[in-house]
Amino acid sequence: MIFATKKIAVNAILAGATGLFCHISAWAAIPIQHWTLASGAQVYLVESPAVAMLDVQIDFDAGSRRDPPAQAGLAGMMAGMLDKGVQARQGAPALDENALGVAWADLGAQFGAGASADRLNFSLRSLTEPDLLDQAVALAARGIAEPSFPEPIWQRERQRMQAALKESYTRPASVIGRAYAQAVYGAHPYGQDVTEATLARISVVDLRAAHAAGVVACRARISMVGAVTRAQADVLAARLLSRLPQVPCSSLPPLPEVAEVEPLTQPEEKRIPFDSAQAHVLIGQPGFKRADPDYFALTVGNHILGGGGFVSRLTQEVREKRGLTYGVSSNFSPGLHAGSFTVGLQTRPDQAAQAVALVHQVVSDFVANGPTEVELQAAKDNLMGGFALRIDSNGKLLGNIASIAWNNLPLDYLDTWTQQVDSVTADDIKAAFARKLQPEKMVTVILGSSL
Amino acid sequence: MKHARPVHLKPPVAFSKGLTTLFLASLLPVALLTGFSTAAVAQPAVPVSQFTLANGLTVIVKPDHRAPTVAHMLWVRVGSMDEVDGTSGVAHVLEHMMFKGTPTVKPGDFSRQVAALGGRENAFTSRDNTGYYQQIPAGQLETVMRLEADRFANNRWPDEEFTREIEVVKEERRLRTEDAPRALLSEQATALTFLAAPYRRPIVGWMSDLDAMTPGDVRDFHQRWYVPANAALVVAGDVDVAQVRALAEKYYGAIAARPVPVRKPRSEPAQAGMRRLEFKAPASQAYVTLAFKVPKLEAADLAGASSAASASAPGSRDALALTVLAAVLDGYSGARLERALVQGQGPDGRIADSAGASNGLLGRGPQLFRLSGVPAAGKTTPQVALALRQQVALVAQGGVNEAELKRVKTQWVASETYKLDSVFSQAQELGSNWVQGLPLDANTRLIAELRTITAAEVQAVAARYFGDDQLTTATLLPQPMDPQRKPRHPNVAPRH
Repeated sequence: MIFATKKIAVNAILAGATGLFCHISAWAAIPIQHWTLASGAQVYLVESPAVAMLDVQIDFDAGSRRDPPAQAGLAGMMAGMLDKGVQARQGAPALDENALGVAWADLGAQFGAGASADRLNFSLRSLTEPDLLDQAVALAARGIAEPSFPEPIWQRERQRMQAALKESYTRPASVIGRAYAQAVYGAHPYGQDVTEATLARISVVDLRAAHAAGVVACRARISMVGAVTRAQADVLAARLLSRLPQVPCSSLPPLPEVAEVEPLTQPEEKRIPFDSAQAHVLIGQPGFKRADPDYFALTVGNHILGGGGFVSRLTQEVREKRGLTYGVSSNFSPGLHAGSFTVGLQTRPDQAAQAVALVHQVVSDFVANGPTEVELQAAKDNLMGGFALRIDSNGKLLGNIASIAWNNLPLDYLDTWTQQVDSVTADDIKAAFARKLQPEKMVTVILGSSL
Repeated sequence: MKHARPVHLKPPVAFSKGLTTLFLASLLPVALLTGFSTAAVAQPAVPVSQFTLANGLTVIVKPDHRAPTVAHMLWVRVGSMDEVDGTSGVAHVLEHMMFKGTPTVKPGDFSRQVAALGGRENAFTSRDNTGYYQQIPAGQLETVMRLEADRFANNRWPDEEFTREIEVVKEERRLRTEDAPRALLSEQATALTFLAAPYRRPIVGWMSDLDAMTPGDVRDFHQRWYVPANAALVVAGDVDVAQVRALAEKYYGAIAARPVPVRKPRSEPAQAGMRRLEFKAPASQAYVTLAFKVPKLEAADLAGASSAASASAPGSRDALALTVLAAVLDGYSGARLERALVQGQGPDGRIADSAGASNGLLGRGPQLFRLSGVPAAGKTTPQVALALRQQVALVAQGGVNEAELKRVKTQWVASETYKLDSVFSQAQELGSNWVQGLPLDANTRLIAELRTITAAEVQAVAARYFGDDQLTTATLLPQPMDPQRKPRHPNVAPRH
């Protein structure tokens, strides 16, 4: 990943975390450079010259939470159509999907787009050999700004997606995932169900409108990690957005607010008869927003409860002590809104009731009593000791930088991360879980045969 | 959006101890990505060291000081292909039981100790090998080497640990195979493709063999195959060779040498006629796969090749040309299969919702060239199978053009640079190359070899290996869901 001085920095952070050394150098830091382009776009850069490659992620506030309910799937389908052709513009000829695919292959570069609930993202990975990088950035700029959304290809891609949707109705994990999202999120867009009908209501006019509304230069968050200098990155970032309208955000109407996720008012249990060898179980409720001040207490707490792999409480109780499942875990998914807290597992259908009761008991006990000091120390040892493993490649670092950029986290977020973990107490975790989780009101969905 | 993708040289199939590393299955192919040096970028060569301990254990060290982390992997050259009928799945069950203790480490304490170091860990089993790994902060290497060497030599657990864990493995089988129609199809197609070669058994094992497995089966397998000369330690990251050598001597060097068991060839008899499988499962979309028996790249050919002289054995040349063919058919967005079948540029319009091609190239066992596809609405699996074979026939008749050839090579070049980003994937590549008996510079040699493959050779293999006689066609016949149906497998009470 990063060059020598940053390696020392990471070592210094580790030393502080594990108590091997007394001093953390004042300069010890992952140096994230941040500036604003003339367009208003925010750039975040970590220079990493060791390998001659560059990774870029560009995020826009145009994720699926902004899909009209009747057109659920719009953001995702729009992102999926972005490699299906670019328009002729500014002297550059139109390229169809095959010309684009060939062009990217010939550059040895990778360019993609996707939509999550919150973000529409573009990603670019290129070698930094000047001629290749120059061409890759030029082509990416066209892909970002000038997609052609050809009508026949949209018809084809919609057919393929509708067929894939029908297939997903035969897969247990897909079926329970849909039912669970609707139970946890209600009418909130985080729980919107993409169906053949909602896709049928999307036209290329809608795709173009969603692109124009969402891909706005002044709102871009550009994260870069690779073998480029700040001066180079500044030019590259500007070029990536150069074919978009350069309109200042101050002259644009603000993006509409999206409502918050409503808390659950009562427990709910859904049973879905399904012809499968295993029963699937999902239990949970709305969780918390990424901006929540309890973030670290909840993160450390969940590591103990069900996020920390083989040694977590849930894995110990459900898998190690009883052999009920191959995988059980809990996770929070904080976003711009309160993403869910979810416990998931799969087990033989005749064991489903036992597993469900056990999970409820483990979660309730954790919320009521919090972790033990021994568990807390073990979690801190793992999280703090393993911090370097979170940033030891450009790819991993990019994800962290993009998260800092998207969530407006401080530039020293990675430098203070282990300290933030270290400062969490058992009481903090107990209090935070009590504020966020109500085991008596959770949703329980069980899918399987002969339940 | 589909990325231009490199060619996968290994089937992405592996079973692992925990869900957390399902990613490993998708990483494994990366370990053998090949590339070509172009004018693009020359990366500084990072020296790799290899030596053998007195007891026969191989040690491979790749220092990479960009980050203060280390990947520690132990590879054992034993996988599901080394099993025998009646105890299929035992290599993978043993992999699970390796976490269940030694005389000095209680069940579960291995994972607890690795976690306390800040480490991440898992293990994986494939047809050719079993692997164990930890990713740790630099400075913690000695602890994981002590733990790993201990369980390699001294894995011990009470029967009740097995009784619980075998149920976990059955749940893994249910999750990944029984409830995954295309995985079930693949399992049965493989069993039909190979009659004598041990690849015919599923890695996870048949359910009936898991039901009948005993603790003794697992202990016997460990005793038989976990000998130092059948294993390689791979350490990559922020280490130096002398330090690793000293620790390896101390911990792994103390394990007594024992002979590696003789492996019987179990050669696959010649196939002389098409085989067909139809498989019914709850699904909406049909699916068809065509597997052609093809030669593989023999490790000795690659090891013997110099940069000046190519691997001369015809089988190995053909294996390389088949890998280029797969990339020309399906190596990037808008490659031949996608254009012809998915976009519908042919006279019959759109035939498939997806289509793919891959070549095995390397492996301890016999290799296959696979074509696969999902029919578009209104189309059938025979139409898809025909269209897939027509695309190969077009290459056989008209060859490939130089631009296509150059394109797939360019992508491999780029992926050679991209893979340097991950120390862990570099360790994986070194380990899987060792399993195949390849030299440390195998990828450089592979690149040199692939560069010499000509359009004429690609055309020749397209004409040579795609007849009916070496083909197994497997078709998934979608069935409606029946929520009220009884479980497809009766619940078996644990026997142990």
